[in-house]
Formats: sequence, C-alpha cells, structure tokens
Amino acid sequence: MKHTEILHRCFRCGYCKLPGNYIDFNCPAYAAFRFESYSPGGRMWLLRAWLDDKLEPSRRFQEILFSCTACRNCVEQCALTRIKDELLLAFIAGKGELVGEGKVPPPVRDCLTRLQQYGNPYGLARKKRSNWAVDAEVEEFSDQEFLFFPGDVGAFDSRGQEISRSVAALLTRLGISFGILGDREVSDGNEANAMGESELFRLLAEENIENFNRRNVKKIVALSPHGFNALKNEYPALGGTYQVFHYTQIVAARVGDLALNDNLSKIRVTYHDPCYLGRHNWEYGAARKVLAALPGLEMREMDRSMQDALCCGGGGGNLFTDVLGNGPESPARNRVAEALDTGAEILAVSCPTCAVMLEDAVKSNNMEGRIQVKEISEIVNERLNDHP
Amino acid sequence: MTFDLQEAKREKANINNGKDSRVLTECATCYACEEYCPYGNHPFYLIVERQEEKGLLPSPAPITRQQILMMKPKGTITPMKVTAPVIDMCYFPMLTGSIREPLYENPSIIVGSDVFCNIMWLHFARNSVIRDRLPKVIENIWHFYLRDSGVDELICFHDECYASFTHLASAFNIEVPFRPIHVFEYISGRLDALQGTIKPINAKVAYQRPCSNRLIPEIQHWVDEIFLKIGADRVARTYDRENALCCGQVLRAHQREEMADEIQNRNLDDMKNAGAEYCVFNCPACMATLAEAAAEKGLFPIHLSDLCQIALDGNAPKG
Amino acid sequence: MDNIYEVLSEIVGPEFVSDSPEEKYIYSMDPGTMPACEPDIVVMPGSTEEVQKIVQTANAHRVPVVPMGAGLVLSGLTRALKGGIVLDMKRMNRILEINKLSRYALVEAGTSQGMLQAHLKKHFPDLKHSAPDAPPAATVAGNVCIHGSGHMSHAGGFHSDMLNGLEVVLPTGEVVRIGSCATSAYWFARAPLPDLSGLFLGWAGTTGVITKLAIKLYPNYPYNDVGVFVCEDASIVPDILYQITGTQVAEDVTTWMTPKPDWAAGFMHCNVNYGAKTKQELIWKRNLIRSAVESYIDDKTGGFLPLPSMMKQRFLEVPARQLSLFADVRKGGGFEYVGAIMPVEIFPEAYDLGLDIADKLAVSYSMGCRIIGVNHSMMFFYAYAFNRADPADIARAQGALEETNKRVLDMGGVPWKAEAPAQQEIIRKMDPNTFDMMHRVRSILDPNGIMNPGNWEDN
Repeated sequence: MKHTEILHRCFRCGYCKLPGNYIDFNCPAYAAFRFESYSPGGRMWLLRAWLDDKLEPSRRFQEILFSCTACRNCVEQCALTRIKDELLLAFIAGKGELVGEGKVPPPVRDCLTRLQQYGNPYGLARKKRSNWAVDAEVEEFSDQEFLFFPGDVGAFDSRGQEISRSVAALLTRLGISFGILGDREVSDGNEANAMGESELFRLLAEENIENFNRRNVKKIVALSPHGFNALKNEYPALGGTYQVFHYTQIVAARVGDLALNDNLSKIRVTYHDPCYLGRHNWEYGAARKVLAALPGLEMREMDRSMQDALCCGGGGGNLFTDVLGNGPESPARNRVAEALDTGAEILAVSCPTCAVMLEDAVKSNNMEGRIQVKEISEIVNERLNDHP
Repeated sequence: MTFDLQEAKREKANINNGKDSRVLTECATCYACEEYCPYGNHPFYLIVERQEEKGLLPSPAPITRQQILMMKPKGTITPMKVTAPVIDMCYFPMLTGSIREPLYENPSIIVGSDVFCNIMWLHFARNSVIRDRLPKVIENIWHFYLRDSGVDELICFHDECYASFTHLASAFNIEVPFRPIHVFEYISGRLDALQGTIKPINAKVAYQRPCSNRLIPEIQHWVDEIFLKIGADRVARTYDRENALCCGQVLRAHQREEMADEIQNRNLDDMKNAGAEYCVFNCPACMATLAEAAAEKGLFPIHLSDLCQIALDGNAPKG
Repeated sequence: MDNIYEVLSEIVGPEFVSDSPEEKYIYSMDPGTMPACEPDIVVMPGSTEEVQKIVQTANAHRVPVVPMGAGLVLSGLTRALKGGIVLDMKRMNRILEINKLSRYALVEAGTSQGMLQAHLKKHFPDLKHSAPDAPPAATVAGNVCIHGSGHMSHAGGFHSDMLNGLEVVLPTGEVVRIGSCATSAYWFARAPLPDLSGLFLGWAGTTGVITKLAIKLYPNYPYNDVGVFVCEDASIVPDILYQITGTQVAEDVTTWMTPKPDWAAGFMHCNVNYGAKTKQELIWKRNLIRSAVESYIDDKTGGFLPLPSMMKQRFLEVPARQLSLFADVRKGGGFEYVGAIMPVEIFPEAYDLGLDIADKLAVSYSMGCRIIGVNHSMMFFYAYAFNRADPADIARAQGALEETNKRVLDMGGVPWKAEAPAQQEIIRKMDPNTFDMMHRVRSILDPNGIMNPGNWEDN
C-alpha cells in the first residue's frame, strides 16, 4: 500500500474535521456518524493499526474506510503541512487494499461490479447512455470544437438527464460547437478511482481515451465535476491529453452574449460548491460569475462556502453505495438546512451528483416549498429572454 | 538629528577622531549622508565603524545577535548552470513569482541565504559581519553559478544587492569578479524591446525611494525612464528623491517606535496629498513594512517590477 | 456488559453506541505517550437526560464511566484505565445562550472551542471567549475543567476562573446546578452561593459529568497587535513579565523558547497581545507596554522585534494552528507536554530545567509559559515531540515527561492535567490531609467508584 509512511504521523488534532472558519463539522463521515473512528484522523490510525495487524478489516472497518466521500476537506485543513497533500491518497490507497483483498461492503462490491460489467454504475445497458439526448437536438461528435461529456449521472439518472439536456441547450444557445459520443464512451472512472479500484479506473479510462483519440477529440466540456476531475487530472498520465473544461467555465466566459430577461421577479440564491470543482480543482469563480450576471438574482453565501463547502455526501461512490445513509446528521440534509438558513429560495448546484443528493435531502427534511435545488444551467435558461 | 553648522562640524570631527558623539547613538541609519557627501568620504560607513568600536548598538543586543544568526549562510548552495539574464533574488524566495514573462525573458534565478548581500548590518553597527560574510557571498555567486556558466553579469533585483556589490564592496576593498546590473536598467531595456505591447497604465504614482538607493544615486534616472515608458506619472511630492524618507522599519528595530510612526505617516500622507494612486516600491523590505499602511490610506502598494508587468500584460502578480 | 450495551442502545439509540474493535482502539488512547487502555463500550449521549440515564445504569452495574470531550488533553485522562464506558460528549454541542450585556456564553459540554468562536464572530462580533491554543476541535468544557488557559488568561486568569456556572450529572445520577443558575435563570456568576464548582474542576472527571457550563466573554476589539520582546537572560524575565503585566493593558502574555530554528535557540521571546477600539488606542497601549520595559531597552538587554504586519499574523491567530506542527518534528505525529503551574519568580530555574532534561535525555523540546492573571502565576510548558511508530522514542519522551514532572514538583510547581504517573508523584508530595479530603469527597459523591477510576488514587 502506498502512503503508509504518513499514517502514524497524524496527530489527531481534529483540524480535518472542521472548515477553515470552524463553524460546524465539515468531514461528511464524521458529521454523519460522530465516532472519532470516522474522522480522517481516526481513519489514519485505524489504517496503521490494520497494517500492524492490530485490527481485522471487519465490516465496520470497511464501512469506516468507504464512508470517505473524497471531499478533500481534510487535505485543505490539515495542520501538518508535510503530510496533508497525501491524506486523501492514503485513504484511497487503503480502500484499494481492501478492494484487492475482496473485503468491501456489499454495496461497494456491487457498484464496482456494475461498473466493470456495464461501464456504468447503474447496471444499465451501454446503449442507453445516449437516451438523454433523444429529442434534444444534440449532434454526434464529428470534429466539432468540443466533445460534451455528460458522465454517468448525466447520462443515466433521470434528474441527471434533465440537467444534461439543460446544459446542452444552453451551450447551443451560446453557439458552442459540440457533439456527443453517446454509447461510444463509458464511465469516466472517477468514482472507481475514489473507491480505490485503480485498475478498473485504468481500464475505463483507456477505453475512453482510445475512443476520444480515434475521433481526434481535442477539447472536452464536462457536465459533472467528477468527470471534469478525472479527464483533466488523471487521463493525461494514461495518454489522454485534452483541454478540459467544466461547462460553467465555458458559460462564464460567454455569459455576456446571452439575451437575458430583465423583467423577472427577484430571487434569492445560494450556491453550493461541488468538491470536484472547488477543493479538487480550485474553481470557485465560474459559477458565481454566471450567477452574478443574471438580473434580479440576489446571491447569498452560506457560512461554509468555497474551500469550506460541506460536501453533499455523494462522492467516493456514495451516491451509489449509500454508506453514509440518510439519517438526520447526513451531510446532504445538513447542507440543505444550511442553505435554507441563508434565506435563499434556490440552492444552485453545478454538479448532477450534488443535485440528486441535495434534492433527496430537501424531501427528507420536509423543506419542499421552502427551498428548491436548481442546476446553474436551469437557472440561466429560465432567465433567457425567449424562455417560455 | 538637528544641528547648527558649528555643532555639525564638531560632531563630525569627533567621529573622525574616534571620540564620543551623540551622532553615534542618535543616527537613524538612513544612509543619506553617504549620498550627500560630495567627496566620497563614506561618512555613514565611518559612523557604523565607530559604533562597533565603541560597542554602541543601535538595536538591542539580543535582536542584533538573533538577526545575525537568522541571516547566516546555511552553506547549502550547490553548483547550478545559469544562462543570462541571471536574476539575483538575494534572500527573498517568496518573491520569485515576480520574475516571469514577458518582462523577464528566459531568466535564471539565484536565491538563498548563501547569496544574501549582507548590507543590512549597516543598520546594526556590524561592519565586521559584512567584512566576514560579503566576500564569501561574492565567491559563492561567482564559483557556484556564474563562472562555469560563462556568465559575467548579475542582475540585482534587490536594490541593496546592487549597492552591496558596487558601492559597499568598493569602500570595503572587496573585489567583485562579475558585473552587477541594477534590475531597473534591465527592466528599462526590456520595456524598449516590448514597446509595441505596452498598455500605458495612465496612473499617478508615488515612489518610495529606499535607504540603500542613497548609496547608488546614479541609478535613479532609470526609475524616471521606466515610469515614462509605462505611462506612469510620478507625482511631485516633498519626501522624494534627495528628500526621501526611510520606511521606518529599522527605526522599529532600534526601538524608536514613535519616530517610525511619525515618519511613516508623514511619508504616506505626502503621497496621498500629492494625488498618488499607487505607492511604488523598489525594496521588498520597504514594501513589507509599508504596504498595509499604504493600502489603508487608499494607495495601491506594488513593486516597480510588478507595475511594469501590469503595463505589459495587465496581470496582477501571483502569490 | 452485553446487557449494558442493550440498555445504552435504548437510551441513546443504537447508532450512538459501539463496542466494535475500531472504536475501542481509537478511544483507548489520546495523541500523547500514555499506553492504550481500551474501554468496553463507547457511547455518545445527546442530552443531559441521556447522560443521567447512562450514569444511573453504570452505577447500578458498577461499571466505570470516563467522560471525554475531544480527547486532546494529551496526558491520557480520557483513557478507560479500568475499562467500562467512555462517554464521548461531543454530540452535546449546542450553544444555548449568549448574554451580551452580562458577557457570558452558556453551552453544552461537548461544544468545541472553534464553534463557539465562529458563532460569536458571526452573531456577536464584539465578544470573544478565551480560547486555548489547543486545536479548535477541543471542547470548552474539557479545557475549563482541567484549569486550562488561553488568549485572555493574562486579563482573566485560568479558564476555570472564567466559569460562571455548571450543570453536572453526579455519579449517583442526580443533576445539579452550580452557581447563580441554581436559583436564577441567569448564569452570571458562581458567587455569592457556596462555590461547589471546585468539586468538578481539576478532578479529571472523577466526580461527575459536566453537561452544561457558562463562561465569561470578553470584548473583541477591532484592532489587534502583538509585540514580541526578546532577551537572552532568563534571570531578567520575571521582572520583564512583572513590568509588562503591571500595565494591565494586554490580553495575553506568553513567552516561548525553542531550539529550532537555530536562530531562536537561547533567546526568550515574550509575546504581548493586546487589542483596542481605535488605532490611536492601540498605539497608546503599545507605547504603555513599551515604557514598562524601557530600562531594558535603554541598556540594550532586550527589545521588541521589528515585525512587519504580515509576519505578525501567526502570532495573532487564535488558536495558533502552527503549534500542531510540533507533533511532526520527529515525523511521528506525537507530542506531549508537562504544563507546570508555577510562580513566575522561578522562571530562570524552570528554563534551566528544560534545557537540562533536553540535553540529558536527548529529546526534541519546546518550552514556554503563559502568564495567568497579573503575573499571579504561569503555566510553564515543556513539550516533547516523539515518533509514535518508534517505541524507543515514545519511551524517551515518557522519560523526559516523568523527569520533568518530578523536578517541577521539587521546584515548587504543580504539574497541570497530570497523567497517571505524575498523579502519583503529586500524591507523594501532597499534604496527606489534603489528599485524604479528596478521597473523602470522592467517596461521598461516587460511593461505587465508577467515575474515571484509576485517577487520583494512591497506588
């Protein structure tokens, strides 16, 4: 296992449990379960104990490891500057060891099996990957400037499919030249990677890279920050080097070209920073620039925003494995409560995983009617001049 | 210090003759007398010599000793191939982000404790530390970087380095085998080469002339030329050029807090009243000292190098 | 114990009880040098009523109960020395009331320092509490009940001095209120009633479980500064501290001595933190503090470091995040310290002690002291870093801690939040009648001896 040399160096000071302003707990697993063992520091010491044969990799041990959503708050906040950058890598390596030994919680096992067999975590037929685009007036990729990559959630989840259509429509409105590969691509593999299945990730990535390169893809615009992260940061080492953008970056650069409706009623909006756009890739400005350009929109920041954002709990494969559960202390339910506290009517998101997690949380918290989760492209499209 | 002419002559004679003088305890170490002396007699270096001889520390002993330890060469320098232009960043590794295209063309950068110029000991009555360390620093630069790379010019980003390798080394009879070039000379040449890409900043600027520049007044014209080339209007104000005020940080080291407060306020108010938008620095130490106070008064603190970068590419400095 | 597990699950809910090996491992030790002592069960109550039921259950079965905040005491006081239940209080982290005019905060015992600080910053920016330099995850209650200190301790004393009242679950299950809250809705003072709070402060959780507490708040000024006074002669430090504290304008006076970086070795640095409502007032306070030590400045034996404002930020940060970095000095994730409460006049001997032990036992060290009150005492700390993956290194640090504790006692100081071996040293030195009284108090409050047993017992 890699990164073992840092495991014993954790001081369990607990900075990793909190955001930079200390306002509330910010490690999703710790916030959900509250045992010290579920905190990043707890995980470090448990990994060390396991490698030293002091603990068995029991079901609970596995759950503790796989409860990590790879949100990167611990890396951001760790006080030990010489080890902090390796924290998340150590947790992923630990998960990898468990995967290698076949000792993973059943939902994790099933998710990885579906990814391997179907190329997506839903276990749906590959040919259904382009279903979202039916009637969406989206072209097949053939030398357009951009490949539009919706990712698994954007392609297969019903809510995700709505978002894919919304983003595609907005990109078309902006005159962006793009096409899709539909069922000729597979999962970006980001969640497989985050769950420690690096070999599966490599296989998925290589299949995508071969397809992309054969079609001379140069630029990619990703719907999901998860896909954005994998395509931008992990694919180059495997021979897939492209200019990769999250779609909000494209929109932000061109938002002045949109004909916006000045006459709509005012709305109060708060924005949830997705982990894979924010802490993983330091992109905090694009979505805010888009929102700032919309007339009648009053922006309200949550106490935990930007690098302090609380993860929705969907990362690390948790959208599919639900290791964190949906209890009252779950990060998603905590997050929507925080959003409501700002007085916002709309909780804006720029990630389909966040959209699914947070919408479920609104329902679980009985907040329907008081706050609505909307994706950035949906908010923009609604405020276009010719929106019906 | 305030003197009438008779007292001034008397005190100078005392200093020359190794006697006690109130100058030795009241000197703010602003270096101005080095500039004012028309005969090149190094009056300030002599003050420092006398202070050390007589054990008159301007700064408390623990602070003096700690600074000497803190700035000690670590002896970790290793040979490195360099190509011209070689930019000497002294002991300011945190500022290497300022050395970037388009203003600096394919630069090599040297930085670290082993190339620290050591001129600061003039503020601490420690000519002996300069004599001890400066020759080694010059030797380090020559042997580890320049000689084997076939480069004989060194561009000094820090005003103090240029003063150290020219004025100070000469006065202390220390040989310098390479040709020091002031960064402003380099910048002025680059602005000529990039003339077509300059977007004039069209702003009023105040220039904070540092103490070390008193040792090398001959480079001042580069400042005016640079401002002209980038469309900066250097405001006419009281405490500029020969009347420049030191940034005051050394006065704080000398425990003269109220004097430091007074001259800093006077200096910054002067900039503001003259209509300046930017407070432009030459010296990183001045900038560290005055930047926050300048910003509080509504002045944009910036190093001259970074101001030129704005004129070239509109980008604010990284870091 | 299975039966107790079921009862506890009914009290707090099954998701907040664990006897899994993972929790037993993690809760068996803190980041200090003390060896692991596994609990049988870890339970996390969410209310005073749940704590009460847990304690009643434990009492009925004579099962030990160990209250725990964040577990950052570093001297192993939250280890289950005799097994039993570790009570992780951190689910009880609500901030119940901030009384602005009477300047107090009422919080549940599991409230973290960081959350209280953040809450005040957001809702009551004119107020702050005295935060220790422990990480922000540390609990307010944990620090108060070990007589901690922090960034207002020069102005306000120990954190236990800043206590206005307590709600405590006794070992026999009764809930008591201590202070004005016993008769009033306000938690404004411990006076004028008989002060029972002393039964729960400094007792390492052996007399009851604190569930709520009210602490004093202080003005949070918009302008803040720090002066770092440096000297090289330990013998003059007591007078320097006497003079500076005599101005009574600072909030925190803390001296630090460290061998690394090299330029710091042999120097004493005294940080004097102060705040003001206006810039002019700030400058006035600076000048007043400076004038208090003018004689040392004039004879050049000491002076304030000329720090530009960007370099002061690390000294103005509360808590000081960089302190956690000391744990990585040996690349080993561990440090523990002896915090010795001492009179200020023995600073020179205390300093020499630290140098002597570090030299003799070849340990990585850091030393310093925080002034409590107007030079009324100091918390002099000797911190030793260790590599927790190296048993020999842990043993070396333990040896240094034990030697330090002994010599602190010989010098007239008292080790603070003493770990189990240090408790024995203190008991040996203590007036026997005093220790007997401690024993009698515990017998009355905890007849079945369930509260954190193994601590403050004569072995």
